[in-house]
Amino acid sequence: MEGVPFGMSSHFSLLSAKDRARLAAGRGLAPQELAQQLAWTRREFLRSATGVVLGSSLLPSSLIAAAGISASKRKVVVITFGGGARDQETFAPEGQENIPRLMRELIPQSTFFTQVVNRGILGHYVATASLATGVYETINNFASLPPEHPTVFEYFRKDLRRPASDAWVVAPSNGFNRIGESSHRSYGPGLGARVILPKHLLTAATSGGGTDYEHLLRDNYETPFYTPELGGNEFALQQLGMMLKLSVDDFKAHARTLSSPDELSVYIVRQLMRQQAPSLLWITMHDIDIAHAGAYSLYIDGIRRTDRLCADIWKTIQSEPEYAGKTTLFILPDFGRDSDDDSGGNGFQHHRTGDALSRTTWMMALGAGVREGVVFDRPMESTDLVPTLGSILGFSASLAQGKPISELL
Amino acid sequence: MLPSDLKPEQFNGYPPEARKLVTGYVPALQRLPLSFLPSLLREVIEYDFKFPAERRALEKELANLNSLSSGQIKDWLQGFAQIRLSAQLEHSDWINAPAQFVEQLSSYLWTTHQLDAFRIAALAYADRLRAIAPPVRPPVPRLGITIVGQGVAAHDGPLFRKLRAHGAYFSAVKPENGLDLLLKVVAARGKAHPVPYGHWYIDGGEAAPHDPALTCVSYHALEPVRAALSAKLRAEIERPGMGPEALRTLLAQMRPADLGFARAGDAVMDRFQVKMLTEGSGTQIFSTTFAQWTAREALRRAQPLTLLVRFAPRQRQRPMNEMLSASHDVAELDPLGSLVDADMGAYYNWLNLQRLPGAEQSSFLVWFEGHNEAIAIGPSLPRGTTSNAAAGLEQLLSWAS
Repeated sequence: MEGVPFGMSSHFSLLSAKDRARLAAGRGLAPQELAQQLAWTRREFLRSATGVVLGSSLLPSSLIAAAGISASKRKVVVITFGGGARDQETFAPEGQENIPRLMRELIPQSTFFTQVVNRGILGHYVATASLATGVYETINNFASLPPEHPTVFEYFRKDLRRPASDAWVVAPSNGFNRIGESSHRSYGPGLGARVILPKHLLTAATSGGGTDYEHLLRDNYETPFYTPELGGNEFALQQLGMMLKLSVDDFKAHARTLSSPDELSVYIVRQLMRQQAPSLLWITMHDIDIAHAGAYSLYIDGIRRTDRLCADIWKTIQSEPEYAGKTTLFILPDFGRDSDDDSGGNGFQHHRTGDALSRTTWMMALGAGVREGVVFDRPMESTDLVPTLGSILGFSASLAQGKPISELL
Repeated sequence: MLPSDLKPEQFNGYPPEARKLVTGYVPALQRLPLSFLPSLLREVIEYDFKFPAERRALEKELANLNSLSSGQIKDWLQGFAQIRLSAQLEHSDWINAPAQFVEQLSSYLWTTHQLDAFRIAALAYADRLRAIAPPVRPPVPRLGITIVGQGVAAHDGPLFRKLRAHGAYFSAVKPENGLDLLLKVVAARGKAHPVPYGHWYIDGGEAAPHDPALTCVSYHALEPVRAALSAKLRAEIERPGMGPEALRTLLAQMRPADLGFARAGDAVMDRFQVKMLTEGSGTQIFSTTFAQWTAREALRRAQPLTLLVRFAPRQRQRPMNEMLSASHDVAELDPLGSLVDADMGAYYNWLNLQRLPGAEQSSFLVWFEGHNEAIAIGPSLPRGTTSNAAAGLEQLLSWAS
C-alpha cells in the first residue's frame, strides 16, 4: 500500500478512491468480478453455517402451481432489511452472531440469492422506490416526490382490480410518504398503496413533545438535522381508529414499551395483518441506518434488532389464519454499505462510494411456493423483484426493467 | 462558462495565498475539462488553510498539469472529457463555489449513471499522477497509538478482533501511568522531529495534560463550538424552504468566526476543527465518532508522523420508550458501547495509517486503558501472535518499531 495516501489525488477522495478489489483481491478486478466473488463467499458461508444446498436453475419449475394456491388467494410480504448491512457484520463467520434468527430459523426454510446487484442510486428513498417499481429511479432522494414509474402496488391493484385496502406500505420516515403511488400518467392517483408512517402516527397521537421526542422522530439518518413536515394528522389518527382498530391511548401506551422505530413499525404491521389482511404488504425497516452516526455498536444493535423483527414477522405470518400457508415472504436490503478497504468512504458508516460491496446484496424468499434450503449465486438485479411478484400474484409489471426470477416460478 | 474562458481576475475572490498560487497556472487550467477542474479548484480555494503535506501535493499537481503538452493533457484526462455535463452545471459559479459544484456533480453523476465512468477516470488520473510525483516518504517511521475503553471497569468479550491478525496481542500489559507514559513518548518524538502539524493528540473527551507543542484536538474543548453550531442549525431548520441540500451548503460555508473561534487562533487548525463538526456525520452527537473521524482526517490531510487517539465514553443512545417519557435528564454515558465503537475505530485508525507513504515501516499500538490488553503492530513484530509475558507499554512500542 506504499505511496497510496487515501487512494488518489485528494480532491477525489469524497467521490471515490481505491476500491475493495485493489486491496483485497489485487488490482484490476472488474466490479462484476468483485460481485461474483462476494456472492461465492456469501454462498459458502451459508452452506457451511446452515447446511443449505447449491440450487440449480434446471430444477423442475412451476413452483407456484405446485404450491396449490391460486394466485387470487396468495399473499406477499416484502421486508427491506433496514438501511443496509455488510457481510462482515451478517453472513461472514464473524458476523453470524448478529443474525442468529436469520441463520437458524429463516435461511434453512428459504431460497437464498447471494448476488443481487443494485445498479441505481444508493440513497434509501430512491433505492426503495427502485425496488418498488422495478426501474432504477432517479428522483431526488431527499425530496418528497413520487416514483416516476408505476409501483408494484399500482400494477397489482389495476391489473387485478384490487381495492386500496389490499396493498399497504409501512415505512419508517416522513420522506417515504409518496412511495405508494407513482406520477406515471397511466397509473398514479387512486391506484397506489396505502402508506402508513408509524412515527408520523406517533406524532399525531402525542401532538407535540419536548426535545427528546424530536430526537426520536429524527426522520432520516442520512440527513439527521432535517425532518420534513407532513400534514394530515387527522387522517393519521383516522387510520389508527378506523383501520387499525387502535385507540390513541392504546397506541401511545404500547409505543412506550418499544425500544425503536422499527419495533413500532412491526407493531403496526401486526395490527394491519389482523385488521386489514392486505394481500400485498411492504415493510421498510430503517434502524440499521443509525450507522450514519458513526457508532459501530449502535449499527450492530440495529442489525440484531432487525434480525429479531424479521423472524417475528415470519412467525406472525405463520400464525395468522389469513396468511398462514399462502404467503410468500421476501427479505432483501435496498443496498449494502461501504467496504473498510475503500479509502474514499469511512467503512460501515455510509454508502457513498458506489463500490461493489455497497451494490451487491442478497435476497431470501420463503413460504408458499418456495423451495427450502437452497442457495443461488447467479447474478440478478434488485429490479427483478417486481416482475417476480407479478408472476406470483398474477399481474404484469409491463414497464419494469427487471426479469422474473425463474428459480421462484 | 467553460474552463477555456478563464481569466486571472476571476480568482480575485480567493484567499490571498490561493489567489497567488492559482493565477500562475491559469493557462494550464484553461485546458482542463469542466468535469475535472472544479474538483481541483475546491482544493485550491482552501490552500491558505491547508496543512503543509496538502500544500506540497497541490503544488506538485499544478506544476505537473502545467508541464504537460496539449496532447498529454488530452491523454491524461480523456476519461473526464467524456463525462457529459448539464447546462445547469456549466452555468454554475464553479470558480467561486467549486465545492457546491462538486456536490451537484456527484448527484448528477449518480442520476445519469456516469459515476462508474467518473470513478475509472479518477483512478486512472491518480495512478498517473502518483507515478510522476510519488508521495514523499516520512523522515522517520510513523507511529499510531489508540487508547480505548476509558471508564470501562470490566469487559467480557474479546477485543481487537480485527487487528489481531496483523500484530502481536499482549495480555499482561502493565497499565500503570499508561496514558502519561504514552503522551511523553509522543512529546519526545515531537521534540526529536519538530515538523509543523507532525505530532497529534486527539481526545474524545477532555485532553489530559500534554506537551503544548503537540497538535491537540479534544471533543470537550469544542463544547462551546458544538453548542453554537447546534443553535445555528436549529434556527436555520425552522426557516421556510430549508431542506437537506440547503442545510449542507450552509454547513460547508460556516467559518470559525461564525462559531465563536477567536480571531487570533491558528487559522489552519480552527478551519480543520470546524470541518470536523460541519462535514463529519455524527461527530456533533457522539464523541467516539468525533475521535474516529478526526483521526481519519488528520491522517489523510496532515499525514502526521505521530498520532495518539484516546477514545472517551460517548452519550448513551436512549431507546424509544425512554424518549417518550419526555424526561430531560442529563445525558448518560455508555462506556461499554463506546468501547465497541473505539475497538472498530482503532482498526480504522490502523487502516488509515496504512494508506500513508512509508506504511511498511510504521508501527501501531492499541491499548485498553487501565487494563492489561494491548496489540502492537510493527515491522519487527510477528503477526497473529499472542504473548502473556508481562511488559510495559514503552517496551511494546520499542518492539513494534
